Amino acid sequence: MPIRCEIVSQDRLIFEGDADSVLLPGTEGEMGILPNHAPLLSTLSFGVIKVRLQNHEEIFTVAGGVVEVQPKIITVLANRAENVREIDVARAEAARRRAEKILAEGPPPDSDSFLRMEAALRRSQLRLDAVRRYRQGRRTEVPSMMEDRG
Amino acid sequence: MANAREVKLRIRSVKNIAQVTRALQAVSASKVQKAMQAMYRTRPYATKAWQVLTHVAAQPGRGVLHPLLAEREQVKNTLIVLISGDRGLAGAYNSNIVRFTLQKFGSYHHPAKFITIGRKGRDLMFRRGQEILAEFSNLPAAPEFADVSAIGHLAVDEFLSGNVDEVYLVYTDFVNMVKQIPTVKKLLPLEVDSGEGRVEAFGVEQHGPEATYIYEPGQEQLLDEIVPRFTALQVYQAVMESLASEHAARMVAMKNATENATELSAALQLEYNKARQQSITSEMLDIAGGAEALAQS
Repeated sequence: MPIRCEIVSQDRLIFEGDADSVLLPGTEGEMGILPNHAPLLSTLSFGVIKVRLQNHEEIFTVAGGVVEVQPKIITVLANRAENVREIDVARAEAARRRAEKILAEGPPPDSDSFLRMEAALRRSQLRLDAVRRYRQGRRTEVPSMMEDRG
Repeated sequence: MANAREVKLRIRSVKNIAQVTRALQAVSASKVQKAMQAMYRTRPYATKAWQVLTHVAAQPGRGVLHPLLAEREQVKNTLIVLISGDRGLAGAYNSNIVRFTLQKFGSYHHPAKFITIGRKGRDLMFRRGQEILAEFSNLPAAPEFADVSAIGHLAVDEFLSGNVDEVYLVYTDFVNMVKQIPTVKKLLPLEVDSGEGRVEAFGVEQHGPEATYIYEPGQEQLLDEIVPRFTALQVYQAVMESLASEHAARMVAMKNATENATELSAALQLEYNKARQQSITSEMLDIAGGAEALAQS
């Protein structure tokens, strides 16, 4: 019996479907959720969500959020989330470089924007890692990835 | 019958008005599209967040879970967050929401204070002598959550400090282009009605809560984080709904105004033609009469 899984981010519905199991990056560690799990409410950290469907797996990056688990439904309220397949590698790479450059350029103007840049850096890093790990067989399309691995 | 020159002036002014209203209609039409898209984008998140909140609140012993979930035994003061528009010329949009609010809370059984969003709501409530705690106007055309989160947090703070014992949200629910409904929603403490037909957030079905939750990390920490944020999020979603409603209302109002102006200018044109014809006729009669008189003399 599958469990319904819904992932929404603040600006759209990302995923909706019946899953066999879902792996979530909780703040207290990874959680694997199977159907008929006890009700649970947890915050999420940066990481990837793996949704196992009948014959394949969907992978999403998530930048923090909250998850509510009910026996028949999992609701992920992500601050930001993306399907790995949708990640624009070139953009993520550019964003990472930009963030790194700004962070490296000496004292940040104020802590607020520093934190923002740091968060942006973590996000783009996460996206790139996720793509690297989970998007197999597609790497040749992405020249910047080749450099990185070389 | 009015003289031809006066009628001509009126025609010109009516046509000018039609031109203005037509332009406003076009502007609103494009704005309503944008506002609708933004609203539909954020709707799933807000709906789900509200569901999670109601599930949390539906647990047994909710009062001790978190102060924001606790019903007060005695309700002495009420706070109402009223969302209206900054600008007029939106048909009955602003007056509808204000009238609706006054009907609900105007002669409420205990004092009601208001937080108004939008200039029109503020001015109208002020004129009616209502107590306004805070007002937010001149929101950006496409507000981000950060732009309005302060409003939600203010409501939460007022509630927590004990200044008010319940908080309601009054906004205009966007149904479609021609239908927008003034709606009231209890924001704090969270209203939980396990029965059927509850007043539901942004129209989505409900799946029943089960036993008590496991919390990760601790219960207090988690609820402290999500309850205020999700409450503020409801305010944000209500702002988005109201904004789409405002633009839709304005578009319809301007469409009607344009049509009326076109009709009026057609009627005036007819009147002008008649007046013109009559003046020609009377001139002819004068000339003819004069010629007759000359011939006789």
